[in-house]
Amino acid sequence: MQPIFEVRNLKRAFGGLAVTNDVSLSMAPGDRVALIGPNGAGKTTFVNLVTGNLKPDSGEVRIGGEAVTGIDAIGRVRRGLVRSFQVTRLFADMTPAEHVALAVLQRSGRAGRLFGNFLGMPDVMAEVEELLGKLGLKELMHRKVSEIAYGQQRLLEIAVALALKPRVLLLDEPAAGVPQSDTGRIEQALADLPADLAVLMIEHDMDLVFRFAKRVVVLAAGAIIFDGSPSDVTKDPRVREAYLGSYANASHAA
Amino acid sequence: MTMTTTNDLIATAPVRRRFGGGDLAGLAVILLVAVIGYFLFPNNLALLTRIIAAALLVLSLDLVTGYCGVATLGHAALFGAGAYAAGIASAHYGINDPLAMLAFGIVAGAVAGLVCGVVILRAHGLPQLVLSIALIHLFHEFANKASSWTGGSDGLSGIAPTALLGLYEFDLWGRTAYVFGVVLLAIVFVVLRLIVRSPFGMLCRGIKEDPIRIRSMGASPKMALTKMYVISGAVAGVGGALNAISTQVVGLDSLSFTMSAESLVMLVLGGTGSLFGALTGTVVFMFFEDVVSAANPFHWLTMVGALLIAVVLFAPKGIYGTAAAFFARRKEAQ
Repeated sequence: MQPIFEVRNLKRAFGGLAVTNDVSLSMAPGDRVALIGPNGAGKTTFVNLVTGNLKPDSGEVRIGGEAVTGIDAIGRVRRGLVRSFQVTRLFADMTPAEHVALAVLQRSGRAGRLFGNFLGMPDVMAEVEELLGKLGLKELMHRKVSEIAYGQQRLLEIAVALALKPRVLLLDEPAAGVPQSDTGRIEQALADLPADLAVLMIEHDMDLVFRFAKRVVVLAAGAIIFDGSPSDVTKDPRVREAYLGSYANASHAA
Repeated sequence: MTMTTTNDLIATAPVRRRFGGGDLAGLAVILLVAVIGYFLFPNNLALLTRIIAAALLVLSLDLVTGYCGVATLGHAALFGAGAYAAGIASAHYGINDPLAMLAFGIVAGAVAGLVCGVVILRAHGLPQLVLSIALIHLFHEFANKASSWTGGSDGLSGIAPTALLGLYEFDLWGRTAYVFGVVLLAIVFVVLRLIVRSPFGMLCRGIKEDPIRIRSMGASPKMALTKMYVISGAVAGVGGALNAISTQVVGLDSLSFTMSAESLVMLVLGGTGSLFGALTGTVVFMFFEDVVSAANPFHWLTMVGALLIAVVLFAPKGIYGTAAAFFARRKEAQ
C-alpha cells in the first residue's frame, strides 16, 4: 500500500550531539505503530521534527506522498498530520463542546467567521455531539474543562485531534498521568479510532503498547534499533541492552 | 502579563449564545444609562460624549488585550488615526458630512490597526509592550511634524460638520453629538457582542489561553490576531471620529501615550475580557476624574491612584468582573 506517512533519513544534531540520527519510518493507512525508547532516546525531538516545530539538518518528511519538510507546523496539520499532547493542552476556560467545535470549524474553514455561534450550526453540533458521545463526554459538554477529571481531559484531547479528521495521528503518551481506574476508557477510545487512520503512539506503558500496537519501533540514542512485531521486541538483544543499559546508568546516577 | 478575565463567566453558561435576551438587556442598560445621563447632566453633555468616545477606545483595547491577551500601551494610535482622518477630511477636503467623516475615521483606524498589529504581534510579553510604546511615540511625533496637515501642537481646527442626515445641526449644548454618540456606541456594542461569540471570537479566546494549541489545530494565531487588530482599529476609529465631530478640534493628546495608558487603566478598572467591564471602567474612571478634579484640583491624581490600587488589590477582576462573579456564585449556590 502507498505510505500515508514517511520519514526518510531524518537527521538533527544539537551542538554536535546527533539527537535524531538517520531515522527512516514509513506508515500505511490503518497502521498502529508504537514508538518506544528509554528516556533521552530522542522521542520528543523526533515528534518536533515530524510536526514541523523543529527543522531537520537533513532528511525528508512526507504526508500522503507530498514532501512537507519545508512546510511549517500549521501547514502540516492542514495536510492531515495531527498530534495530541503528552501534557494536556486544553483551554481551561472553555467547554468540551467549544473545543471540538473549534476544531470542526477550523477544519471546515469557518473558524474566522465573525457572526453566528456554533450552537446554532446544526452540522457542527451534530459532529460535536457524535464525537463527544463516542468518548463518553456528552454529559459534560457544557462544563468548563477545568472542572472535569483528568482522564476525561485526556479523552477530550483525543476528541479534538479526531475532529480535525487527521490522516496521520501522533499520540504522545495518551494515558500519561491518568489514574488506573480510567485507563480502560482511554484504551477503548484508542481501540475505536477510525480504521483507515495511521496512528503513531509514543508510550512508556508497555502493557498499553502491547495491547494497542501491531508494530513497535524502538528509538535509542537517536537511531531506530528495532522495527518489527510486538512479540519480537522483547527478545531483541539490542533493545534489551538499550533498556537495561539505561536502567543500569540510572541506578548509577541515583 | 496575567490578567483575570470574566470570559469564564460567559463560558460556563450552557445556554444558547446567539444574540438573545442577555444582549437585549445589555443594550437596554446602555440606553437607560444614556437617558439618565442626559437628564442628570443636561449642561454637561460634552463630558458624556467624551466618555462615549473613550468607551469606544476602551472597547477596542478590550478586543486585543482582554480577548486576545495582547499587551499594549499604544492603543491610542488607532483612536488618534480615526480622529485625525475625520478631522482632516473636514478641515482640508471639505468633507463635512458627519457620516462620511465617520467612514474616514473607521478606515483610518482600521489601517492604523493593521500597521500596529503587524508590528506589535511580532513580539510577545515585555518586548511587545515596548514595541507598542515605541509605536505610539512614532505616531505622536509624525502628527506633530506633519503640522501643515494636523496643526501640530496647536491642534487641528476648522472642522465643521454639517447637520447629521441633513436634519440635526450639531448644537452648542452638544445634544446632537451626544445622541449620535449613544447610537454609535449601541451599534458598536451589538456588533461586538456578535463578534465575541462568533467562531472567530472563540478562536481568539483559544489563542489567548494557548497559541501553541491553536497552531496544532491548524489555525494561525498571528493571522487571527492581525484580523482582530483591524477590527479593533475600526472601533477605535469610530471613537476618534466621534471625538473630532463633537469637539471640532483634534489635539495631539488623542495620539498620546498618556491616553493609551489611561485606556488600559480604565479597562483593568472595569474588568478585562468583557464588553461591560470596558464600559463600566470607562464611566467610573472618567466620572471619578471629573468629580474629583473639580473637588480637589491638587490631589485628584492621588485619589485616582488610590482608587486603582484599591480595585487591583481587592477586586482583581475589575469592578464589573468582580460584581459579575459574585452574582454568578450566588446564582450557582441557589
